[in-house]
Amino acid sequence: MADQITLEVTRYRPEREAAPTVQSYAVPVREEWTILDGLNYVKDRLDGSVSYRWSCRMGICGSCGMTVNGDPKLTCATFLTDYLPGPVRVEPLRNFPVVRDLVVELSDFMRKLQTVKPWIVRDDEKPIDDGEFLQTPQEMDEYKRYSMCINCMLCYSACPVYGLDPDFIGPAAVALAQRYNLDSRDQGAADRLDVLNQHDGLWSCTFVGECTRACPKDVDPAGAIQRYKLTAAMESLKAFLLPRGSR
Amino acid sequence: MSVSPPYREYHPRWYRPRMSTWWWLGRRSYVAFILREISSVFVAWTVVFLLRFIYAVGSGPDSYAGFLDWADTPWVVALNVVTLAFVLYHAVTWFQLTPKAVAVRLRGRPVPDAGIVASVYAGWIVVSAFVAWLILRG
Repeated sequence: MADQITLEVTRYRPEREAAPTVQSYAVPVREEWTILDGLNYVKDRLDGSVSYRWSCRMGICGSCGMTVNGDPKLTCATFLTDYLPGPVRVEPLRNFPVVRDLVVELSDFMRKLQTVKPWIVRDDEKPIDDGEFLQTPQEMDEYKRYSMCINCMLCYSACPVYGLDPDFIGPAAVALAQRYNLDSRDQGAADRLDVLNQHDGLWSCTFVGECTRACPKDVDPAGAIQRYKLTAAMESLKAFLLPRGSR
Repeated sequence: MSVSPPYREYHPRWYRPRMSTWWWLGRRSYVAFILREISSVFVAWTVVFLLRFIYAVGSGPDSYAGFLDWADTPWVVALNVVTLAFVLYHAVTWFQLTPKAVAVRLRGRPVPDAGIVASVYAGWIVVSAFVAWLILRG
């Protein structure tokens, strides 16, 4: 096994350059080292000025998403040995404004996420003394897959629709809306439908399917969106045929 | 919950690259997607061709013979060969994507993706057999 690999890291320092440049660093290759370990080596030993986000190192926090050799990846779950003999291109996530080096600006998603109310909405709150809401394993299976989302933004980075039309609410926001819509304890589906049954909501999605391929947690946002399109179409049809019927 | 955050965003100068018109050439799956989108034009052509065909049949033998002559011209034949390829690609790729849109449960258990795809193909075969029977029976 080679003992070194070159990381070609995108640098963008807004105070001194108008567009990103590339800087190469040679880092040691160890079998258990991920791209993130390589970047940490660069930061600790070679160049302390490189900026990037990371936290848990175990695919839970969703902070270390970057573009590795053109693919959106969690760098803590992407091994250097899979890219031998190198070099490895490490770029910021695509489709987001770059703040510095590998750090992207995510406020747009945070704003959109709130609009789909990603929490359990109840019409009637029952008293705590009445105990918890019970749920069968089958009811939990309905939404469990979508609840695995860690907001890592790899799906937004893979989605050309979001790249071309930043008003699109995006894959993870819809998957998280579905996570609550399909929860037997939730009663907020009508609220979410109002937000999502719009051009910039569900209907911007042209089903490229890359979000599902990029997802490191097997959430399948593309599936969530298509299923929700079917629900939204049925609800629109119902509202058209039964205009006085309550939803 | 307030939608706008209570702090002021700090962004001295973000770098915002524009997506190239040719973004879809960089990845095989993007190319496959764009071809699937383009295939809808050929699906529309199939509809136009069939409507012309039906109209010609309805307008009498001379009109039908004229339609056959037109359909036999090299450019229409070439276009229809390309159309057949695109329509098949359209059908097969959408069949493959069906399990993404429909979640079916049978006796409480989710039907696997392959089962849903198989049922769509089975439907295709049944409809094709019915059409063949309709045309060939007499």
